[in-house]
Amino acid sequence: MFKLEARPEPSRVWTYASPLLALLITVIIGTLMFIALGKDPLKGLEMFFWQPIHNAYSLGELMVKATPLLIIALGLALCFRSNVWNIGAEGQYIIGAIFAGGVALLADAHTSRWIVLPILLAGVLGGMLWASLTALLRDRFHANEILVSLMLVYVAVQVLSYLVGGPWKDPMGFNFPQTKTFEAVTRIPRLFDGSRVSIGVLLALASVAGLWVFLFRTRAGFALQVGGLAPAAARYAGFSSRKALWLALLLSGGAAGLAGALEVAGPIGQLTIYVPAGYGFAAIIVAYVGRLHPVGMVFSAILMSMFYIGGEMAQSRLGLTKSLTGVFQGLLLFSLLACDTLVNYRLKWQKTGAR
Amino acid sequence: MESYALLLAATLNAGTVLAIASLGLLINEKVGIVNLGAEGMMLCAAIAGFATVVTTGNDWLGFAAGMAIGAVLAGIFGLLVIWLNTNQYATGLALTLFGTGFSAFVGTSFVQAKIPERASYAIPGLADIPWIGPALFRHHPLVYITVLLALALIWFMYRTRSGLVMRSVGESPESAHALGYPVRRIRLLAVVAGGALCGLAGAYLSVIYTPLWVEGMVAGKGWIALALTTFATWRPARVLLGAYLFGGVTMLQFHLQSIGVDVPSQFLSMLPYVATIVVLALISRNPQWIRVNMPTSLGKPFYPGA
Repeated sequence: MFKLEARPEPSRVWTYASPLLALLITVIIGTLMFIALGKDPLKGLEMFFWQPIHNAYSLGELMVKATPLLIIALGLALCFRSNVWNIGAEGQYIIGAIFAGGVALLADAHTSRWIVLPILLAGVLGGMLWASLTALLRDRFHANEILVSLMLVYVAVQVLSYLVGGPWKDPMGFNFPQTKTFEAVTRIPRLFDGSRVSIGVLLALASVAGLWVFLFRTRAGFALQVGGLAPAAARYAGFSSRKALWLALLLSGGAAGLAGALEVAGPIGQLTIYVPAGYGFAAIIVAYVGRLHPVGMVFSAILMSMFYIGGEMAQSRLGLTKSLTGVFQGLLLFSLLACDTLVNYRLKWQKTGAR
Repeated sequence: MESYALLLAATLNAGTVLAIASLGLLINEKVGIVNLGAEGMMLCAAIAGFATVVTTGNDWLGFAAGMAIGAVLAGIFGLLVIWLNTNQYATGLALTLFGTGFSAFVGTSFVQAKIPERASYAIPGLADIPWIGPALFRHHPLVYITVLLALALIWFMYRTRSGLVMRSVGESPESAHALGYPVRRIRLLAVVAGGALCGLAGAYLSVIYTPLWVEGMVAGKGWIALALTTFATWRPARVLLGAYLFGGVTMLQFHLQSIGVDVPSQFLSMLPYVATIVVLALISRNPQWIRVNMPTSLGKPFYPGA
């Protein structure tokens, strides 16, 4: 049977080839799924890989979806690199959206255009606050951050549902659980006419550069990564694991909160129970497929965004459900994790079965 | 008074879902492997079980389908984690993300479906005892089987040779390997068994507990089950206790609502999740205590000869 043999050092070729191989495997399984469903597989692939990029409008929509994914993933990559398992970004995103929405609701027709700044800051603050709960419980009580951050997602969903169904409910909203539509001045400025792309894209790209500098050019970024790779060495070098925990969680929470603010004051324009769209979870895949590297994540965010748009297309044109998106996302992460074995190991054929 | 009997009955019912899943995850973690895919496996099993019962009308076939899908998914997870050395946390998450999407995708045509009416499960004689009858003796057989399952697991883990080997794999895979035990095969077996139980829990949820199919209906119960293993410090009896306790918290929200406590329903719905967080913090407060009980190799990969 096959045996894995550890490589002396990680293979550079496979570091780049593995995401591509994983994508290929995902496409193959997806094709088989379409055939099993009796749908034309070429049509299906077209929905996912051609429709999202075939004209300027679609490309804009691709950017609209990729922006929150990228911003959240950048924060998560920081966490994962420091071995902090924040998987509650969805909750931090929701609370960020709530804080931002709260500020946006204060605006009236005479409010200055500059209100956009406090809205974005409120989003960041909300996300940080929610993530700090996880950091606090981990730091003070050693509570597992995976479970705490995840439970807080369910709590955040209920907080949102309470606000839009209670105190913040739109009195003119026919009893729908939603706030009133935010004033036009609160809208995140758009980059071009005729497209929904906002300055969020620029913020995302600035964050890419920011994360790159932080990770590879600063002492704090270095300390954080050493703590993730070799906790003992980090302790010896005097790097504080507590500091790394708080830094990683606050930054990633802030990023998720910012993404939430950009969404509610951007494409959505009001708070509803449909604000949580799973971006917080999809961003985990973006982070992994992008190798936790700032630039790699730009590509994976675009890819994941194609899956979102493809899923919507498959729903409207092929009569399939939107949840196809989740199937493809999960498959991609699965295949990637399997293919990544090749980065650190060589496959060797061995006659006798080793246990 | 009668309403409290019903509350207790509902608690047992809700606790059973958590108990089955959590016992499965306990087996999993006893050999050193954390499977964060519980939520995804339960969702896939929930739709598989529900669809089977809607089509065949047989509950037990539904449970079998749920267990089968749970075992298959766990098997894939196990092969990746145990043979390909992938990161346990990331792989488990992938399983949950995939399971959430896949179950919703497959389940669309069953959203409106109904499970055929069935007779109640009263135990003749016992069920008619006032108060105690409705509280304890009108349950689906699986509620009682779950208790037996916990007892069987205790016996297996602490009274049999295989149980000892299983625990030693979790405590020190290196020594178990050196003694000639097939560490990876044992780990895979435990992972598959754990997946089958998570599957059973998912099927119980959609076939007996709720009986219906809604997208994402597991709603964090897989994660709560994971937290319960820590809460129980990896002891089957405490898992059972914890599961019923949490079942009680889940039911408390409906009870508080029905007796007219004036709190917005969303705050009551938060209760199980907040309770999980609070309990996790309280239990984990003393790291020494957790470390003494935790399987030593938990979350750490083992690859013989690497």
